Amino acid sequence: MTSEVRRRGTGARTASAARHIGIAITAVVFLFPFFWMLSNALRLDREIFAMPPRLLPSSVQWVNFVAAWSYLPFGRFFLNSAFVAASVTAIVLVVSSLSGYAFARLKFPGRSGLFILYLATLMVPQAVIVIPLFLMMGALDWVDTYQGLIVPVAFSSFGSFLLRQFFLTIPQELEDAARIDGASHLRILLTIFLPLSLPALGLLALFTFTGQWNSFLWPLIAVNGPDHATLPLGLTLFQGQQGTQWNYMMAGATISMLPGLVLTILMHRYIFRSIAIGSGFGGR
Amino acid sequence: MAALHPRRRRSDLRAAIPFLLPGFLGLATFLILPLFASLLLSFSNWQVIGQTRFVGLANYVNLFTHDPIFWGVFRTTLLYTVEYLALNLVISLAMAVWIGSLSWGRQLFRLVFFLPTFTPLIGISLVWLLMLTPGGIVDSVFATLGAPVPNLITSPAYALQVVVIVSLWSHFGYNMLLFGAALETIPSAYLDAAAIDGARPWQRFWRIKLPLISPSLFFGTVLTTISSLQVFDQVYALTRGGPGSSTTTLGYAIYSQGFVTYRLGYASAIAWVLFSVIMALTALQLRLQRRWVHYDI
Repeated sequence: MTSEVRRRGTGARTASAARHIGIAITAVVFLFPFFWMLSNALRLDREIFAMPPRLLPSSVQWVNFVAAWSYLPFGRFFLNSAFVAASVTAIVLVVSSLSGYAFARLKFPGRSGLFILYLATLMVPQAVIVIPLFLMMGALDWVDTYQGLIVPVAFSSFGSFLLRQFFLTIPQELEDAARIDGASHLRILLTIFLPLSLPALGLLALFTFTGQWNSFLWPLIAVNGPDHATLPLGLTLFQGQQGTQWNYMMAGATISMLPGLVLTILMHRYIFRSIAIGSGFGGR
Repeated sequence: MAALHPRRRRSDLRAAIPFLLPGFLGLATFLILPLFASLLLSFSNWQVIGQTRFVGLANYVNLFTHDPIFWGVFRTTLLYTVEYLALNLVISLAMAVWIGSLSWGRQLFRLVFFLPTFTPLIGISLVWLLMLTPGGIVDSVFATLGAPVPNLITSPAYALQVVVIVSLWSHFGYNMLLFGAALETIPSAYLDAAAIDGARPWQRFWRIKLPLISPSLFFGTVLTTISSLQVFDQVYALTRGGPGSSTTTLGYAIYSQGFVTYRLGYASAIAWVLFSVIMALTALQLRLQRRWVHYDI
């Protein structure tokens, strides 16, 4: 009996160890593209297609990061991306707070109908509206401008929906007390709701910023030339007429991935929890 | 408290208008108006130069009966979506179960497989392009193994599979987390009870765990379908729709018709085909969910 229990115990322990070793190997294989990107960003041109392939550069060429920066106006692409993503995020936070509050706390005729309309707009694919948006940019003379990159993508009902859900969990009593004291709705939003909603606002900022940082289709259409190009657009410019500058491109790709990777690592607890909640409202 | 309630019953319409206006104007101008404008455009022969005329259904008739590649593009898009969706669901569920069974390091491994999710798809695709380009590391590995495989990305038979693989690598982490979180909320009492009744692990998975997480499976399925029907970035960076038109999806066709050859009316018709497919498949999934999604447990 005891040996039976012990045997099953060691069996379970072996199985558990195998599961851990298996997932560790899978993780290492999974991470290979990141390793390959960095390894090629740091090597000489002639070592990129060396036969047999070299896993590591013979000497580490940090200079490639500098070279990529001067080969194309990469600093400019970086700043363009940062400026566009930050501006869109700022607009989204303000607009979504206002409409999220109206949907959560104000009563007006047609509220639920309007809310359903907002939800329905989430289903509209960007690819379907880019052609009229492009013509609109031409009419407004916004082609190849910052406002053309920022304003058309700064309105999505996702934020209103996310913040409404969060605002609904804030106790009514807090608001009633402020109403008795004569506070306006705007004041209640600014002094009670927003300070209590920092986690939700942070998540919305994170999703919006990374979404814009990574976005490609709209910049591809709204921009011509390097002046307003964002990072993803800039990366494709390394595929030149004279062949691709792979090591510079990989250096650029590394830089373009850094904000997303760093934010994911720092914020993974919040991100994972929000995805878990997604299963909740997805169900209902 | 009671005194407050009659006051709350009146409408806050006047207060609501300034709160709603910025968002509503933005959505109306940059989403709803362009949506209907693209429908109108699809009935025109709008090009950058030349006279624009109303052409009725001519774009659609052309698309369905004369366009030499349209049905291929349509088929490629559906094939990509079905294959990507199926593999994504299987892999993310399997990884969620695997990681959920670990006694330590769960959060670490979740993080590892989630890492690509918030990075630019263009950057990811270009890294994979370097690995897959003729003479790249993947070719070397196949040659070393002696596998008689052509270069994948330049082969019409395999290029779409490359797009599927890159999409899976970069995005299965989201559904993995969604399903993993749902699996963790299952009360262990259900599983214990089933185990006592003699249910084997496999039966517990199919009969208890899957039905209990079906709302999450449904949510993930709908979102993954909608986004994979629109696939664009990976195609642009990896293959530009080629070789031939073997990886041209509806999303890529809208871009190439609209912004390479500037046939904006024609591209709008393709856009509405894409939108119709998305709406039809979403409606179908909403109908079918009654058969397999359980909310009431």
